Amino acid sequence: MPAYAKTGALIALLLAIGAGESRAQVKLGAVLSVTGPASFLGDPEKKTLEMYVDHINAKGGVNGQKLQLVVYDDGADANAARTFATRLVEEDKVVAMVGGTTTGATLAMIPVFEEAQIPLISLAGAIQIVEPVRKWVFKTPHTDKMACQKIFADLKQRNLTTIALISGTDAFGKSMRDQCVAVAPQAGISIAHEESYGPRDSDMTPQLTNIKGKPGVQAVVNPGFGQGPAIVTRNYRQLGIALPLYQSHGVASKQFIDLAGAAADGVRLPAAALLVAEKLPGNDPQKPVVVSYTDNYQQKTGQPVSTFGGHAYDGLMIFVEAAKRAGGFEPAKVRDEIEKTKNFIGTGGIVNISPNDHLGLDLSAFRMLEIKGGDWTLVQ
Amino acid sequence: MSELLQFAFSGLTVGAVYALVALGFTLIYNSCDVINFAQGEFVMLGGMTTVFLGLAGVPLPLAACLAVVVTVAVGLALHRFAIEPARGSGAVVLIIITIGASIFLRGAAQVVFDKRFHSLPPFVGGDAIRIAGASILPQSLVVLAGAVIILVLLWSFIERSLIGKAMVATAANELAARLVGIDTRATVGLSFAISAAIGAVAGILITPIALTSYDIGTLLALKGFAAAMLGGIGSAVGAVVGGLLLGLLEAFAAGYISSQYKDAVAFLVILIVLLAMPRGLFGRAPVERV
Repeated sequence: MPAYAKTGALIALLLAIGAGESRAQVKLGAVLSVTGPASFLGDPEKKTLEMYVDHINAKGGVNGQKLQLVVYDDGADANAARTFATRLVEEDKVVAMVGGTTTGATLAMIPVFEEAQIPLISLAGAIQIVEPVRKWVFKTPHTDKMACQKIFADLKQRNLTTIALISGTDAFGKSMRDQCVAVAPQAGISIAHEESYGPRDSDMTPQLTNIKGKPGVQAVVNPGFGQGPAIVTRNYRQLGIALPLYQSHGVASKQFIDLAGAAADGVRLPAAALLVAEKLPGNDPQKPVVVSYTDNYQQKTGQPVSTFGGHAYDGLMIFVEAAKRAGGFEPAKVRDEIEKTKNFIGTGGIVNISPNDHLGLDLSAFRMLEIKGGDWTLVQ
Repeated sequence: MSELLQFAFSGLTVGAVYALVALGFTLIYNSCDVINFAQGEFVMLGGMTTVFLGLAGVPLPLAACLAVVVTVAVGLALHRFAIEPARGSGAVVLIIITIGASIFLRGAAQVVFDKRFHSLPPFVGGDAIRIAGASILPQSLVVLAGAVIILVLLWSFIERSLIGKAMVATAANELAARLVGIDTRATVGLSFAISAAIGAVAGILITPIALTSYDIGTLLALKGFAAAMLGGIGSAVGAVVGGLLLGLLEAFAAGYISSQYKDAVAFLVILIVLLAMPRGLFGRAPVERV
């Protein structure tokens, strides 16, 4: 029966191709929010991962094997993220995962990876991902708490101890506001007044007028994200408030300067070294890494770099370095090696992971920037 | 005192934005009894198209005119391909179609433009005008003036012109309107075109203050709709008064009560007004002519 024979041969051939492929390639998973409200995070992350996996494969791969990146788009939906996490573990059989763009997606996926005992390196902001420490879970981005501490340290240096907060009511603004309020007493900062605004508000002068009228306030801090901080900054200048204004790392992008225009002059904010790659002094250990990432990313995509893509770079490279040290892709061995990461120079800072710190960054990861003449300058 | 004035300026700035969006609802409602929830997307299209044409090197005044043309084309397409085929299916169905159109336009804008926020330079000098310790941006005055000019044009169009009267007649009774020789199809189409133009102009005027991105339409439509309801839907004067009132309510609530609850306070007042006057401040009582 020639027809059966043909079909059988075809199936055998397909199986052989499939088997051959799975032996030659190691699968690395990534569930990212490429579309939807968090796409400005997920999009550069995906581009970064794709670009660097290609680079690595072009140079012969890792441990003699090529990496295959499996990306799923959760559209910033935590339920979808969990479904994709299960698929990565059960169908794709990935050896590790870089992702979780958002905190919600990451927290939804953690149980899946903890149970499957596969390392997960999250790209999301919240401290809850690594506190308490979970055996299989790591993350690369700095946290809100560190941003607050960095701002407060700078305030102390300028002898400014009484501040007002104006924060967005979106998730980012709320979370950072809570962290700032929590660490303020330790840092010796007192918060004299608090205001908030909706993430879509187009005028914040009433709130700022109230802050302006509060006696004793020496500086204003704006934990916020999106277009809100740009409008706060404009309204701040419109009202002629002369106090120093601090923004958060949430708006550390060229877009903020574009939107706030001349009003952004004099604003200070903490940010990763990546944003000021060219301005770092020559002896800065991070300089070669951030300059090379910036050049690669801009050449490939034609878009300005963001710290978010940088987090993906750090996550991928921490995995690759660990796999090299482990000499294979056994998830348990790779996990142990990730935990032993020491002096890894990434775009987000110098990473020293330990069994009780699965983030591994200290305050030096943030640089205090001041906007002058429409560009960033480093505050010494 | 300077605080009060500053809150008032803030309220007028935000209120003028709401008023411009609310005006867009008026005409379509007057011609076919439909609340067009894609009105916010017209506002977004006006701002975003201007920004992107500007980035492509088109001088801004020309870019703004082209943006209005593009938005009108979208408005006509919305009428021709979504509203027209469903005519005769009742206002609720048509309203749901406009919600669908708004989701579609938002998705398309995400692909055609991008997902970032954009701004336009103010039309007149950027320095704030200071009066008695309070300050207002010249662009806010431009938005206010824009709202008043559109109001006057719209009012004279609806109340004084034959086509305007034809629109009102179409909304009142389509069959009767056709019987007296009104081309109801063209009339409704025209109302979509003009509403799109109003939306686009609003989008261009408010972008220097409120910034723009592909998804600003939803909230603007909601606030604009609330303003239109407060003023009395279908009334151009009501749209402007409702918009300014909503803006002032929000500003005073944020300034004197709590910035946390400003939206809640504003909507509470709207609820109370609508309970007392279900047709809104300037709404006409329904008259059944037999």
